[in-house]
Amino acid sequence: MPNVRDVVITGLGATTPLGGDVPSTWNAALAGESGARPLENDWAERYGMPVSFAATIRVAPEEVLPRPEMKRMDPSAQYAMIAAREAWADAGAPEMDGDRLGTVVSSGIGGIWTTLDAWDTLKEKGARRVLPMTVPMLMPNSPTAYVSLEFGARAGAHALVSACASGAEAIAYGVEMIRSGRADVVIAGGTEATIHPMPISAFAASRTLSLRNDDPAGASRPYDQARDGFVIGEGAGVVVLEAAEHAAARSARVYAKVSGLGLTADGYHITSPEPTGSGQVRAMQAALEDAGTTSASVVHVNAHATSTVVGDLIEARSVSSVLGADADQVALSATKSMTGHLLGGAGALETIFTVLAVHHRTAPPTINVTDPDPELTLDLVRDTPRALPEGDIAAINNSFGFGGHNVALVVTNA
Amino acid sequence: MAHTAEDVLAGLAEIVAEETGLPADSVTSEKSFTDDLDIDSLSMMTIVTHAEDKFGVTIPDDEVKNLTTVGDAVNFITGAQA
Repeated sequence: MPNVRDVVITGLGATTPLGGDVPSTWNAALAGESGARPLENDWAERYGMPVSFAATIRVAPEEVLPRPEMKRMDPSAQYAMIAAREAWADAGAPEMDGDRLGTVVSSGIGGIWTTLDAWDTLKEKGARRVLPMTVPMLMPNSPTAYVSLEFGARAGAHALVSACASGAEAIAYGVEMIRSGRADVVIAGGTEATIHPMPISAFAASRTLSLRNDDPAGASRPYDQARDGFVIGEGAGVVVLEAAEHAAARSARVYAKVSGLGLTADGYHITSPEPTGSGQVRAMQAALEDAGTTSASVVHVNAHATSTVVGDLIEARSVSSVLGADADQVALSATKSMTGHLLGGAGALETIFTVLAVHHRTAPPTINVTDPDPELTLDLVRDTPRALPEGDIAAINNSFGFGGHNVALVVTNA
Repeated sequence: MAHTAEDVLAGLAEIVAEETGLPADSVTSEKSFTDDLDIDSLSMMTIVTHAEDKFGVTIPDDEVKNLTTVGDAVNFITGAQA
């Protein structure tokens, strides 16, 4: 069925472990830089944490936001606001009716710094010292609500939660809002700020984090034989989605089109992906079908690939199965090798990478793969960027989350 | 240790400046929290919480509505320390 309304991307914003905005993040990714570094505190020693590094945000929010804003927003909302302002300005700050503008900004975990700080205050000083802004700061809809307030977006403000697929699911929902006619423009993305000793310890307890403390920059190595888990990251990615005719009417610069959405669930296990990857396959197939295209048009895949032993290969097999013989023409990139895993921000940041890859016809590299897993049959872009072909092209961005959430987005050239 | 009215005003001005982004020297006794400083009820309760912590006093919720100006708050806090 053809889509009622085409949806294009007209603005990009981000603050990430690679840079404080999209241009610096993209340039660092093309240069193959790592955003992982040792933690600048004594958490590992003090709490006996097995992990002493993370992909921390490159530009601290206090360098960008006024102090009263910092105090009213959890870091997860601060990152989202920084990214949303960049995206909105990048889209040319369209003059429009706020009733036709929506927001969908998700977080996988929510305002955990605020939650834990308030609990510390309660224990140390008692209930009367718990600040009144605690609930509006910790609620997982806080980032989308603040972005809605900032831009007077009144078509709806949503926050879909699906762990590490949240950012991609937010963008998918934003596309649906425009397709269904509820909005003409949607500010959509994901954010996360969980570099705190408790969540790091909890992820480490689930044995999903890399323990390569002696080499943080080399720790995130998707598809490498020596991969041993993901590197926790933080930051936000936000895009401006716009009905194609709305963008055309104001002669907006269009990066690319979000042509297809595929969302499925494994219904299998709370953390492990279903071993045959059938849910991932269905998501990618649904996205291609929704885009009205086939694997023959796909030239690039931005993989979810977090650098875990099991997850990377399940996805690789799923991608191979969807692409079939067309896999030979596909450049596969695993950008978490550079950014670390932004959890709820990951799907949005990787959508930005996919959009820029299509727009600039350049697939970003995957770093740290010195000894590729022999089971990987796909053509991995290693160490340096690779040119993508001219003409009509499609790219797939995969995002999967704890809970068995699978989101595939198909991005095509404008 | 009791704070003088001057100390309390300076301390309160710091708290208000942190919360609102206004310069601390603009937070003077005659200013109204709502009309002059544009402080909403949630911000007012945040300021009260910080002020209680800083000056070691309790400002009951019933009292907060009587604190129209910065000077009212300074007087209450100064009196409550005694």
